[in-house]
Parts: sequence; structure tokens; C-alpha cells
Amino acid sequence: MTAPSLEFNRVHIALHGRTLLELDARVAPGEVLTVMGPSGSGKSTLLAYAAGFLAPAFQASGQVLLGGQDITTLPAERRGIGLLFQDPLLFPHLSVAGNLRFGLPRATPDKAARVETALADIGLAGFGARDPATLSGGQQSRVALMRLLLSAPKAVLLDEPFSKLDTALRHEMRQLVFGRLRDADLPSLLVTHDSEDARDAGGQMIELS
Amino acid sequence: MLRLAPWLITALLVGPILAGLAMAALPAFGYLPALGGDSLSLDPWRDLFAQPGLARSVAISFSSGIATTAVSLTVVVLFLAGASGNRLDRWIRRMVSPLLSIPHAAAAFGLAFLIAPSGLVSRALSPTVTGWERPPDLLIVQDPWGLSLMAGLVVKEIPFLLLMSLAALHQIDAEHRVALARSLGYRPTIAWLKVVLPSLYPLIRLPVFAVIAYASSVVDVAMILGPTLPPTLSVSLLTWFNDPDLSRRFMASAGALLQLGVTLAALASWWGLECLVRRLGRGWMAGGQRQRGERRLRIAGKALILLAAITALVGIAGLAINSLAGFWRFPDGLPQTVTLQHWQRALPSLGGPVAATLMIAGTATLLAVGLVLAALENEQRSGRQPAQGQLTSALTLLYLPLIVPQIAFLFGLVVVMEALGTRPTRWLVIFGHLLFVLPYVFLSMSEAYRRFDPRWSRVALTLGATPNDAFWRVRLPMLLAPLLTAMAVGLAVSIGQYLPTLLLGAGRVSTVTTEAVALAAGGNRRLIGVWALVQASLPLLGFIIAVGLPRLLWSNRRGMRGTP
Repeated sequence: MTAPSLEFNRVHIALHGRTLLELDARVAPGEVLTVMGPSGSGKSTLLAYAAGFLAPAFQASGQVLLGGQDITTLPAERRGIGLLFQDPLLFPHLSVAGNLRFGLPRATPDKAARVETALADIGLAGFGARDPATLSGGQQSRVALMRLLLSAPKAVLLDEPFSKLDTALRHEMRQLVFGRLRDADLPSLLVTHDSEDARDAGGQMIELS
Repeated sequence: MLRLAPWLITALLVGPILAGLAMAALPAFGYLPALGGDSLSLDPWRDLFAQPGLARSVAISFSSGIATTAVSLTVVVLFLAGASGNRLDRWIRRMVSPLLSIPHAAAAFGLAFLIAPSGLVSRALSPTVTGWERPPDLLIVQDPWGLSLMAGLVVKEIPFLLLMSLAALHQIDAEHRVALARSLGYRPTIAWLKVVLPSLYPLIRLPVFAVIAYASSVVDVAMILGPTLPPTLSVSLLTWFNDPDLSRRFMASAGALLQLGVTLAALASWWGLECLVRRLGRGWMAGGQRQRGERRLRIAGKALILLAAITALVGIAGLAINSLAGFWRFPDGLPQTVTLQHWQRALPSLGGPVAATLMIAGTATLLAVGLVLAALENEQRSGRQPAQGQLTSALTLLYLPLIVPQIAFLFGLVVVMEALGTRPTRWLVIFGHLLFVLPYVFLSMSEAYRRFDPRWSRVALTLGATPNDAFWRVRLPMLLAPLLTAMAVGLAVSIGQYLPTLLLGAGRVSTVTTEAVALAAGGNRRLIGVWALVQASLPLLGFIIAVGLPRLLWSNRRGMRGTP
């Protein structure tokens, strides 16, 4: 089986008739496409468009293809695209294990074992019953990444996921995230305004103005 | 399905009110074939204006609407202006919900027991201060000027306006504004009045209008605290409507339109007052005066709101004492003997009305919560945030049942139901309650729902959850605390309803509220104490659950403490 690639086919997004951004690119499996630009350049609009959350006020044309299949009109939950935010956004009413279980597809066999393995995998074995609010920032980020991977996405969007971490942690998390995405052979789109993110990502880079 | 919810809510709120008003207007001009009126005439109006004391009834209803609102709003504004977040301020803020949950009737009885000639205040001051050895022959409760009526309403409307203001303050960056003004040399209280109030008032204008409408047309509080010869317009109306002589219904319908006119006149006068205050305020605002009077204003605000809160609480304590009192001679502050006799005697007759009250309140609240959640969820999913023109119209409709006087359209609604051949049942009462529960549940829930971070649902969706999954597994549990609060508000509103229960139930559906108000005429204080205390404690139970349950459920979830 060949891993799918993520393609933006002549994407054009406008707001009130004014062009916000244009993108025509292809991200191969295991690669990261970095989109850089100052705030207000339409970075988050691009992510919202790709994930399926674009507000009705925007006019968009073009297509998003995942593995050759047009997903532009699919609802967010059926696109197979995972999203990593600035904040870990672990559900505060669930335990750490509950958060990971939320990511697993419904029909997964032996969920408890999968969750335990996943926790051990990110160095948090035995943390399953913990309240996510008691975890450190770095631990929370790792759980969020693992939750995303467990949901078995076919592509991943990264919305400045390192900007709120302190400098020491930021480098470590970048290695972890990019390493995992590469291992899983996932095409990813990273938006950021930090050029170090782009360098660590190591893929092609596009600047919006 | 979800898309229908906003339309259903609108139809549910607007339909009955328009139908009710129309069916009050026709008999008011002599047309009601069922009662033999088949031609238009002005006779009902002639009969109405020939009623003795009508002018005075109208005057009291009108002035009660204006004065109650003016006093309540002034107290709330002065308190907020002077609030600095010390312990007293925090206590007042925490007391808002419990005070709001006290039904109007129970609060009115509490006040009556407090200020009556043989009430707690008079006992406390006698004979040392007053020299009274027996209760003085004074008409304090039910005074001809309606002052005790207004006092009773003020005690209840202060928490309502305070809660609405606190919610609205979230939307305007009050703290920064005050900080900026203080850096320009303004004292905090003056700064608040000059830079926060002008932005706050437009946000609480509709609640203020609701207070005017309520105070100018209330029935239950007026039956307990209002004047009797003549009573307020609304109470007179109810008497005429329930008159065994059915031909008086024509006059009662004309009176219902007059009540609508009185309330509208009160609203219009308030609008005039607004303009006047704005004009006078503009000079003061720009006058550059920074310091003078700030201490006096601050102390007045605190003292007045404290007085209102303590009045309500001591009133409830008074109910409890009365319900337990055995022999109690004037001017003793407390009864000589305490007895459970009144409770034991009332117990057999309490069960039915309590069960009916809870069943009606529970059903109306669940229906309201379902509709409100559907409408709010639809708003989120369609991605159409309100606040663009549409918000104002939708919100205004929501306030319609709170601004059109109950008595003006409920008469007509009864006529509609009679014409349709609907027998008075509990379901009809539930439907009537829903009209008033729905707006409050919506107002209470919408803030939290719209402020809820949309990223939570997005995380859920990108993890493969369906929109329904995201609603049931993420949004609803995370919004449990505000949801339970909204339900407690809904229960409290329903439990306190008097007129819809009485009219739509045709007197055959009895709740704790109808029973308690019916006791007002009898004057048996011990029995009133029992029933009013039961009436006051039912909504409180709802609030205790609303506060306690989330704490219990999320005791091990730090991220769920405080509202998300």
C-alpha cells in the first residue's frame, strides 16, 4: 500500500471579494510543507479550509485532494485530517486515558491495551488515570500528539503547535512531532511564523505576505 | 431537525401572545359570540371607566412600574460602581442566585411578616423605642400608596438586574476602562459611572424593560402587599375575569387592553427619562469632575443593597419562625413556645401541590432546555454567529413574553383554548409555563454556549467524532455547570408562576404557589409561613444541585473547576 499524499489544487480563498491567499502545492507522504507568514496573512484560514471549518463568510475555490480523492466538500470528521493546535486541548472532563481513547476509532479491538502501549510509548506509562490538568506542559503536548496519531489520520495539519512551549522544550517537541509524522509516513502542513520551526521541519517552504 | 429549533422557539413564543392579545381585543369591543356578544360596541369600555377607583388603580400600577425599576436600577448601579471586590462585595455576588431563586410570593410574604404592625421589626423596636404595648393600628402592609408593594418588588428585582449586569459586564472591558480613568485622576466609583455605565446600560436595557412591565402588571405580589381599595389594575382585572357573572368578561378584556396601555405608557415614560438622564449626564460626564461625592455614593450603594439582601433573608427567616410559632405575644421578639403542629396539620395537603409543582416545573424546564440546546447547537453548526443585526431581533422576540403583561394575553389565551374546546389540564399549564421558562433558560444558557471555545469541538471532529458525538461527549459534559444552572433557573421561574397556573388550569391545577397566594386573604400567618417556606425551598433545591453536582462529578478534574 502506498501512503497518500496531500494536494492543494489551485486553492484560492477570498473574503469580501479580496483575495486572501492562493496555494498550489503537493505534500508527499512523510513530508512537511511549511507555510510562513505574519499574522493576518491567512495562515489560519488555510488550515480552517483544509480541515473543513472555513466560516461561511469566506469564498473558496480549488480542491484539496488526499490520496487522489477530492475531500473539499466532505465534513471535517470524514476528511481523515488530524489537527494539532497551539494548546494541547486535552479534554478537561476526561482522564489522560479517556483522552487517548477518544482518539481511537470506535471499532478498535482491545482499546485499553492500545492506550497503555501508547502511554508507554511517550514515556507516560501508568499516567492513564491522571487528571490531564495535573500534567506538565510538555507531557500534555505529548498526550495530544499521541491522541492525534491514535485516530489514524491520513494527513496532519499543525497550527503553530510549538509557539507556546518554552525554548528548551520547543526543540525536543519538534524532534518528537516531526519524527513521529515521518515514521507514520503522513503528509503534513505546518503553519508558523517561527523560522526555526520551518528549519526543523525540513521540507518545502512557502511564504505568504 | 436542528434547523427547525429557532423557528419553533419563535413560533412558540410569538404565536400564543399574538393569539391571546387578539382574543382580548375582540371581546373588549363587545365581540365574543360564545357569550352572546356578536356585534361591535364600546359598552365594555363604558363599563370599565365607570368602575369606582379605576384612575387610582391605573396610577398605582403605572407608578409601581416606574418607581420599582428606578430604585432597583439605582441600587444596582451604585453597588457595581462602588464594588471593589472585598469580602462584602463577593458575598453579595454569591447571594445573587439564591436571592433570585426565592419566588416573588414567598419574598412578599416574608416582607409582610417583617414590616407588619405586629411584624418582626415592630417587635424588635417595641416597647423600648416605640412605646407600643400592642400592635399599632397602622396600614403598613397593603398601604393605599402601594409603597409596600414597590418595596417587595424592589427586593426581588435587585438580584435580577444585578445578575443581568454582571453577565453584561463580561462583554465590556470594565476593569481596563476604570483603570484608565483612574490613571487620569478619577476616583474609582466616579470612574465607573463615567466610563462603564454608559456602555453597560444599553446591554441591560431589555431586562430593565422587563422589570418595568413586570412591576406594572404583577398579580401575586400585588395580592399580598398591594393596596385593596382599590387594588392595582391587574388584581381588579383578575377579579372581574373570575366573576361568576360571565358578562363581566367583556369589561375584563377591555381592562386587559388598558393594562397593556398602562405598561406601554410606563415603558414610554421610562424611555423619556432615559433621554433626560442622558442629556443631563453628558454635561456631568465631560465636566472633568473627578473626586466629589465618591465616598457617599459608594457607601449608599453598599448600604442599600445590603438592606435589600438582608430584608429578603430575614423575611424568609420570619416565615420559618411563623411556621413554628406557638403562643407569641406582642411585643416579644420570639415566640414563647415552638410547635410542629402547623407543619403536621399542613402535611397531608402539601403532598399533592408539591408533586404537581415539581412535575409541571420539571416538564416545562426539560422541554425548554431541549429547545434551547437545539437552537444553540444549530447556531454553532451552521457557523452563523449571531451579533449581526439578526441578534437584536431574535433577542427582542425572546423578551416578548417578559415585556407583554402576562394578564393582558393570558385572558385571551384562555378564550382561545375555550373556543378550541381544550379542557384545562396540566399540559396546558405546562405549555403556559414554557412561555416564561423558555426565555430565561435561553438567556441563562446562551452566554456560556456562545463563549465556549470552538476549538474543543474541532479537536473532537478532527479525531473522527461525528458532530453528534462532539455534542454529547465534549460540549455537553464540559458545559454541565451552566446547563444545570439554566435548569435551576427554569425550575425557579416555573415554580413561581401564579397567573398562568391559575388561568390555564382554570383553578383546578393547584401548585404550592397558587395555594400559598390563596392563603393571603385568610391571614393565617402560621399556615402562610408553612406554605411560603415550602414554596421558597423548592427552587433552592435546584440551585443546590446545580452548584453541588458538578463539584462532585469533577472533584478529580482541576480543569473543570470554574466555568470553562
